[in-house]
Amino acid sequence: MNTLRNILMSALAALAGSAPIATAALSQGARGPAPSLTRPATAEKAPDADGFMQRWLILEPIPVSGRLADSAVQATVKREYFTNQLSVIPRDGDKVTVGGAELTWHAVDTKGYNVNLYHFAYALSRPTSDVLFWIVTIVNCPREMPGVRLAIGSNAASVWWVNGEEVIGIYGDRQTVIDDGVSRRLTLKKGPNVVRCAVINGGGATDFCARFLDGGDKPLKGFTLSVGETGK
Amino acid sequence: MKSILLAAAILPLASSAFALDGQVTIHDPSTVIQCDGRYYTYGTGGGVLISDDGWTWRRGVAPARRGMAPDVIHLGDRYCLYVAANIGAQPKAAINMIWNGTLDPNSPDYKWEEGGGVASSDGVEDCNAIDPGVFLDPADGRLWLTYGSYFGYIRLVELDPTTGKRLDTNDRPLDIAINCEASDMIYHDGWYYLLATHGSCCRGSDSGYNIRVGRARNVAGPFLDHTGLEMLRGGGKLFVGSGGRVVGPGHFGLLDLGEDVQKFSCHFEADLDRGGASVLDIRPLLWKDGWPVAGDNFKEGTYEIESVRTGTALELAVEGVPVGGGRARGFRGGAGGGPGGPGAGPSGTNGPAGVSGPGGPGGGAGFGGFGARGDGAPIPPQDVAQVSTNWPAGNVAVRMGNYMVQAQQKWTVTPVANAGGYPGSPYFKISIAGAGRTLAATEDGELVALLGFTGEPEQLWRLDQLTDGTWRIMPKPGPKTKEPLALSAIGSSSATLAKFDPDSDKQRWLFKTP
Repeated sequence: MNTLRNILMSALAALAGSAPIATAALSQGARGPAPSLTRPATAEKAPDADGFMQRWLILEPIPVSGRLADSAVQATVKREYFTNQLSVIPRDGDKVTVGGAELTWHAVDTKGYNVNLYHFAYALSRPTSDVLFWIVTIVNCPREMPGVRLAIGSNAASVWWVNGEEVIGIYGDRQTVIDDGVSRRLTLKKGPNVVRCAVINGGGATDFCARFLDGGDKPLKGFTLSVGETGK
Repeated sequence: MKSILLAAAILPLASSAFALDGQVTIHDPSTVIQCDGRYYTYGTGGGVLISDDGWTWRRGVAPARRGMAPDVIHLGDRYCLYVAANIGAQPKAAINMIWNGTLDPNSPDYKWEEGGGVASSDGVEDCNAIDPGVFLDPADGRLWLTYGSYFGYIRLVELDPTTGKRLDTNDRPLDIAINCEASDMIYHDGWYYLLATHGSCCRGSDSGYNIRVGRARNVAGPFLDHTGLEMLRGGGKLFVGSGGRVVGPGHFGLLDLGEDVQKFSCHFEADLDRGGASVLDIRPLLWKDGWPVAGDNFKEGTYEIESVRTGTALELAVEGVPVGGGRARGFRGGAGGGPGGPGAGPSGTNGPAGVSGPGGPGGGAGFGGFGARGDGAPIPPQDVAQVSTNWPAGNVAVRMGNYMVQAQQKWTVTPVANAGGYPGSPYFKISIAGAGRTLAATEDGELVALLGFTGEPEQLWRLDQLTDGTWRIMPKPGPKTKEPLALSAIGSSSATLAKFDPDSDKQRWLFKTP
């Protein structure tokens, strides 16, 4: 774990501390900075007081149709845009090519309970409407945690996976509501667990929030979040 | 808030009710009491009814004393039965207590013992010592007996909470009400409530029986009704009267099942569906503005099932079809969107309409989305046969969503015969209206909609009206549903089964006319 921390700290040392996300790492023509997002400055981050997960890797948005009905969303997220899109654990700065365009993964911490994808894309001069965001975080558990639930909200539709299993899909033109979609009971294994989501926005604002709930529907604590390496 | 919920929960229920099942003929039933998992009630003339589940009843064995309008209470290791009898021309009467270690006649411990007299009237005084109602005060543990039947006053005497006998025969009985009978007392939230029956009995469908209530801060009164009129001067707020197919309710008894589920028993002088017989009934007991209100057992029909917590409705997890077909999106929130604000906010509202966003020109489809159909003709209800053609052929997940009058959101709730029940009601089947997709519990405490109905316990649902008028929905216990779990709105779009928490609104539901 210390090795992991050292690696991550070395990598993060090159980043701009807790500065708002923008600047040189972002695409040419970036408007930055995104007011609600910062670059991670530590190797790991605990969830906030209400259990919200505030550290994520986000891929620059992929233009899609923006249709939000159940079947359209499922078709959109099941299409392959880049290799291993449902299993890759990206690192900050990794790039993929989608439809001939090079897109970059960005590590972010959010200042709020939610992650404002509009801020994220706007700061990068990327489209915010009719887009698909791929988003990943690593949940590091000191022990196995059975009987927990992933609880999310998103603007707009989103599909969520935990350790490769699809656990939530919420559809339609909707706003982010805390604990809108909640998974069935699941088990977080000891060590790293991968939470992945795809958010599709039709138009206007776009954001999401996510936390785990324990068996009593209280915010789950006692784990950390990291991006990039996973403790291997 | 509670008043609103109460109205929403009660008003839509307009279809037929369900009386208890089995042998339910009785007059002047006692409070329904539980003993070793069974329910018992004792009536005039030695009438006894027993039930294993509170829904289907059968006749039992008469107790050692056969008198008028008994009442019963469980005190420590004994069940005390108070039985009245005329001992001369009315109003000369006496109330005696007998007790037993069990109410199960098949138990080797079943043996009635005499406990002695607890109250009487001499035929001259302004009281008729019949119709006992026994009350254990949860606030201080003292035990009381109310009694009386017209001929003057309803009276109150104190009993020994250990033995059930009269505490001090020298204590003068207190007058607490007048010109009524079949009194009983309950305690709720710092108030003592005296429920008594007004009107005439024993005339079948011509009986004017109705149950009324007054309340006091002290067990001895004064009991006032909602207008401030003392029950000692004839006051009493109507609690329950005749209605539907039953006439003349009397002889209130509290059945507190815990966890915010309260019910009451009574008899109706005439059940029009049973030839006008006098029958036992058990109904929900609700509370509104500090007064008890008689609820209704669940009535079959088609409903939206809405979470009190989230305001969203239970639905099949299938892609909905807008009623009347789709529309182009309106002007507001057009494709361009706005800058989104500093944090998108908790509700993440869309940006100002028509403001260009970074993704391209703003504006949407203009005002077309607000438009009605060109001919202004009514849009018919959604045809489930039509919209269900794209639903998965097998089992479907169950979720929640904003109610939009769509087919996958309308549930038909029907009683299931010969599947047992619970106090006051049978178990119900809950299926998508016209589609046969049946709500079921899974072994891991989640929900699924099955393609059909086989009558397994996990497909049978118990619907209890809670004291605020909302409903608790629980699967019948069975091999796959061993834990007592209730339908729970765990998220705005997600439902599950979880242990019932009376302090939470997660497991409180409204059944609304769709």
